[in-house]
Amino acid sequence: MGERVGIIGMGQTEHRFIRPDINHEEMINDAVRLALEDADLTIKDIDTVIIDNMDLFEGHYLADGMVVDGAGMYMKPGLKMNTGGTSGGTAVATGWHHVASGIFETVLVIGWQKQDASPSIAALATAREPLYDRGIAAGAVGIFASMGLSYMQETGCREEHAALARVIMADNARRNPYAHLKLDLTVEDVLKSRVLVWPVRLLHMSPTSCGACAMILSNEKRARKAARPPVWIRDLETVHREVSVFRGGCVEPQPAISAIEVAASKLYKRNGITRPARDIDVWELYTPSSWALFPWMELFSICDKGEAWRLVEKEAIRIEGEIPIEPSGGVVSTNPIGASGVIRVAETALQLRGEAGERQVTKKAETGIATAWGAGSWIVMFYLSKHS
Amino acid sequence: MARRVGIIGAAQTKYGRKPEMHLQDVAFEAVQKVLQKTGLKFTEDGSGIDATISCSQDHWDGWTISSKNVVNGGGGHLRPEEKVAEDGAYALYYAALCILGGHYDCILVVAHTKESQVDGRLIENSGLEPLYTRMLGLDFTSCAALQAKQYMHTYGISHEQCARVVIKNRGNAMHNPCAQAPEILTVDNVLGSPVLSEPIRLLDAKPTSDGACALIIGTEEKAKKWTDKPVWIEGLGCSYDRHYPGYRDLTDPLSLKEAARQAYGMAGISNPRGEIDLVELSEYYSFQELLWSEGLGLCEPGQGGRLIESGATQIGGEIPINPSGGLLSGIPVNVAGLNRAAEAAIQLKGEAGGRQVDGARTAVIHGAGGVCGQMHCVISVRREP
Repeated sequence: MGERVGIIGMGQTEHRFIRPDINHEEMINDAVRLALEDADLTIKDIDTVIIDNMDLFEGHYLADGMVVDGAGMYMKPGLKMNTGGTSGGTAVATGWHHVASGIFETVLVIGWQKQDASPSIAALATAREPLYDRGIAAGAVGIFASMGLSYMQETGCREEHAALARVIMADNARRNPYAHLKLDLTVEDVLKSRVLVWPVRLLHMSPTSCGACAMILSNEKRARKAARPPVWIRDLETVHREVSVFRGGCVEPQPAISAIEVAASKLYKRNGITRPARDIDVWELYTPSSWALFPWMELFSICDKGEAWRLVEKEAIRIEGEIPIEPSGGVVSTNPIGASGVIRVAETALQLRGEAGERQVTKKAETGIATAWGAGSWIVMFYLSKHS
Repeated sequence: MARRVGIIGAAQTKYGRKPEMHLQDVAFEAVQKVLQKTGLKFTEDGSGIDATISCSQDHWDGWTISSKNVVNGGGGHLRPEEKVAEDGAYALYYAALCILGGHYDCILVVAHTKESQVDGRLIENSGLEPLYTRMLGLDFTSCAALQAKQYMHTYGISHEQCARVVIKNRGNAMHNPCAQAPEILTVDNVLGSPVLSEPIRLLDAKPTSDGACALIIGTEEKAKKWTDKPVWIEGLGCSYDRHYPGYRDLTDPLSLKEAARQAYGMAGISNPRGEIDLVELSEYYSFQELLWSEGLGLCEPGQGGRLIESGATQIGGEIPINPSGGLLSGIPVNVAGLNRAAEAAIQLKGEAGGRQVDGARTAVIHGAGGVCGQMHCVISVRREP
């Protein structure tokens, strides 16, 4: 295997619906400066820069080229990745491979999205196959509605449980200074919010956020000398899946074989993780809707099939609970899409450093799983540890 | 590089307008061909291809998350797939790093674009700064025309010299069965073709093209096992210049020089003109072949015109450039850089037929992106004697 990869710096901007005060390049620059400050490095110490962004959402072709000065990429090697909602995860994975290759000592990874600049939902409508699928399915709400509906049918879960999951994430988000939506919610508030596609209500869906997150990865030699305690990305796994309705993809909300199950089983096996709920201390899953939390928990083998809603009912997923999930408030509270995957890894690393402030999980956090999800069923998954 | 990465096989579609084909089928054709050629399959146990790295652009596909096009046909279904949203040379660059990192031993790299289905000028316009520049109606051709004018004025490069690039490349394409627009042309044909944006004329620019290209690369061990003629990736480099063309000296391709410096340094190349046997570079416009030759260190700044006139860049010359026919004979954007790699590999394997450069052992692959060549990627490859 190649070089070990450590996270030695992180920085994220505040996240809001609109940022009229700042352009995309300035927003990226804010995150980059914070990450460099956190790592006690200057841009001269960075060997290469990896950017991720969904350019069609942004309305910018080759959006990386436009932010060269703000990102600190001038005359540096680097490239842009784009894999949909998973983009942020893919960018961290790309940075990981760059360090592992032994050619680069330090890599700056930047994920960002400025959704006030163009109508991202209109762009999302083009995410389906143009001839057969585009007319019948668009956007993300329908996916989670069918997911929630089938989950309720197959288990004892009721709308109240998804609402409680949303309330817990809102409670977590209020303890995270960077979160976009810091709502003070009750289960009744969620159940009263308007239906988008039943059972998905407005409050079940992630917001459209503007924001950026930058992360600095390095090899072991550099990480050992880092200003902050390094957190190690021990392993990672990417799995994509055909999602076209026409081409035999997931007409059913829970396809027979899920990309998440494939990724999780490979990653757990390689790292000797036999009981994830016990072996992993903190989880930052990419849940764009509170309805996704239940199937996610089961597909990641955090609990048995049909049991996730019971763990939520017992509130075991809270920051103080035995299986803390989304201590940051999650994607449902903050979703600058291209940045969301990077934020999941950064928030997990912050927990393992023990520097998550008010949102620091109560249990001793030494291992964590961070994920990015997108394109209807794709997954990038990271296994993080305090120990190399 | 401590370890070696080898190109195992390469395949491409025939390039041209393909209104009868679905985007996914264009990509699949190249994938199918390279699988047939190498006999490799997508496997889980290390006995075949471990992962896929694709290259395409949401804007050109008109499709958010354009790598959805290669999930089924490119081995991404329930498997690792990642999309590089740059020129295809960057996909190969990144795939090589992934092999060096040790997570994967064998990777399929595939790039596709169907230019004919969209108006590329609108896409290029959205590649310009949104507040002040975009509304001017510029596209990459009109920006390249500014670059051409400055370059020709600064160094006294003549339009005839640029036309010779078109004649050479379209002529080389006569021997390339995948080429879209092989043709024997004269200087008068080029200079008499309609003006796109002065001084760039229709034949100075690459034609609208559809197609796909696929490569399989692997570790030294795998490459030696699965091909008799591995081509080794020895140098990797890429770099960004500033975005706004007004902030750059457009006659001085700094980011290309930097990318070449990195790649040559890694491969131990100190005298590119003497040590490299052939170059496959990305000339979106005829003058760019001259300018990029200078950036790649094949001649002194301003000497690109003399280089083409000397005949050194012909197939039988001292430093053949684009024996495949180059972009000017019709290669889609994004596919461009990966096609350069495929053509270089075909040359070093000695399988280039009528366009073969005799005894070619080392080659340089060049991909470019952005307005006036803002970003460049350089990869050097070599075969064993």
